[in-house]
Amino acid sequence: MRRFLDRHWYAYAMVLPVVVVIAVLVLFPLAQGVFFTFTNINEGNIANPILDRPATYVSVGLDNYLNVLSGDASYGAFWGTLVRTLIWTFGCVFFHYTIGLALALLLNREVRGRAVYRVLLILPWAVPAFISAFAWKYMFNAQYGIINQALRFVGLPDPVWLGQSDWALVAVMIVNIWLGVPFMMVALLGGLQSIPGDLYEAAEVDGATPWQRFRNVTLPGLRSVSSTVVLLGIIWTFNMFAIIYLVTGPNPNTRILVTYAFERFFSGASRDFAVASTYGVLILSVLLVFAGVYRRALRKQGEVW
Amino acid sequence: MTVEAASLKAVQPARGPKRSQRSVGASVGLHAALVVASLIAVFPVFWVLVTSFKPDAKAVETTPKLLNDSSLDNYGRILAGEKGDFLAWFGNSVLIALMTTVLAVFLSATTGYAASRFRFPGKRSLMLSFLVVQMFPFAVLIVPLYNILLALGLQGTSLGLVLVYCTTAVPFCTYMLKGYFDTIPTDIDEAGRVDGLSPFGVFWRLVLPLARPGLAVTAFYAFLTAWGEVAFASAFLSAADESKTLAVGLQVFVQQNRTEWGHLAAASILVAIPAIVVFYLVQRFLVTGLSSGAVKG
Repeated sequence: MRRFLDRHWYAYAMVLPVVVVIAVLVLFPLAQGVFFTFTNINEGNIANPILDRPATYVSVGLDNYLNVLSGDASYGAFWGTLVRTLIWTFGCVFFHYTIGLALALLLNREVRGRAVYRVLLILPWAVPAFISAFAWKYMFNAQYGIINQALRFVGLPDPVWLGQSDWALVAVMIVNIWLGVPFMMVALLGGLQSIPGDLYEAAEVDGATPWQRFRNVTLPGLRSVSSTVVLLGIIWTFNMFAIIYLVTGPNPNTRILVTYAFERFFSGASRDFAVASTYGVLILSVLLVFAGVYRRALRKQGEVW
Repeated sequence: MTVEAASLKAVQPARGPKRSQRSVGASVGLHAALVVASLIAVFPVFWVLVTSFKPDAKAVETTPKLLNDSSLDNYGRILAGEKGDFLAWFGNSVLIALMTTVLAVFLSATTGYAASRFRFPGKRSLMLSFLVVQMFPFAVLIVPLYNILLALGLQGTSLGLVLVYCTTAVPFCTYMLKGYFDTIPTDIDEAGRVDGLSPFGVFWRLVLPLARPGLAVTAFYAFLTAWGEVAFASAFLSAADESKTLAVGLQVFVQQNRTEWGHLAAASILVAIPAIVVFYLVQRFLVTGLSSGAVKG
């Protein structure tokens, strides 16, 4: 024990503050949140320290899970919402990645004004999300929004973007893609810059076409970067509630799992903490399963993390 | 989690065809693509800026105009406090965002350094847990968090909110900094130890100064986390108007004044300015800092 501490105490001293903060402010609430999923806790029966009212919620066993997983519409139509969440997540991450990679490839060339382009292209990342949401909501407005004005000008149909139709989902996806491309672009640009130049020269000497160089040098060189940012992107997008919540509010056409958890949590007369937490646990489970599968797939290709 | 010394080099020659070799057509295409992408990236912010100078009634006309009775009146009224105690909110936000930045950078730097340099039991599960904690939608845990902050006497204080923000920013920042520290050769640490520095001294005096790009990105990320956040801020700060942050105040403003687009736009621009200033200060570090960090995981 003594020797153990002698060897590792520097390391433990350095990670201790984070471990304490995470344990107190993450693990403990998480454990309590999991406990809530087995109760009927809500605004009306929770202990209220200010009113000095004791808790009166009771255990309901697995009822919350059964209700949610039954797919009942009064519990958020779980399966339909899950499908929409997957469309949202993979749609957004696909475009984040492809657009981000395309822009990174352009910026990795010697081009006049590269620094200026880079600043302008990263800008959406620096704008606070609720301001982007406001800007896009204003631009998507059906009557006086500039997007529909432009569509009318060129003679295209002008949908009611943020109404009760699937256009609303398209609209929030556009906003989120706009918002998420800079992160991918910056990360992939860094990845491109760490691919040794000799590889390209060697490929060129061997007579590889630009497409072959991209396939056989660039993509393999980006693999470890890509696998990390895609995983993070999927986790973040899956749980990205701010944009949807701020742009379309509680619209069933843009409802994903995490926004429904929020609806249960924040709105309604009896803020339903139990069902909101149940959704939280289910979201965590889906992502854990996904991360496990993802990791296994990477390992088959010889990647380890 | 590979170490790539190549990424230490801040500026590297580009690898595409040299400008001189490229045909005129290819150059035009390249610039056209970049210009279009930049316009799309900047336009929403630009349009809010244009709108912020218009009176509310002119902001919703059916033909868009750049200038339409534009003036600085919206800004004047907001800064004069007619739409809520804007300057007080601003001060709160700056304080909270800066505290979050300093604390998150410090916490993730020490943890990232330990994870990069030392092998210790529990390291792997620590790093994995950082990934897992990002998977749970934490805002639905506002109730237990509220109870804990209350028990610690931090409910309603800025410090409580800062700690909550750190839990959301630190996991990703630690990954990023660990990756960055991995690119700094361990020879430097060893040389420092030979010269009689303690491990903490090595970290503080040698490694941190070298990790400036990584720290800058971490600071940027932590600042943004705290600057624009609404849900936690409205739950954990007292409801008194003068203790709100900008994001919360603006949210209330939006709900009460749905039609005042001109004022909303002006307030948004005022909120965005500090974030964009911070962004501008760190942007030259972003590519190096993030690339060797997040990205190699």
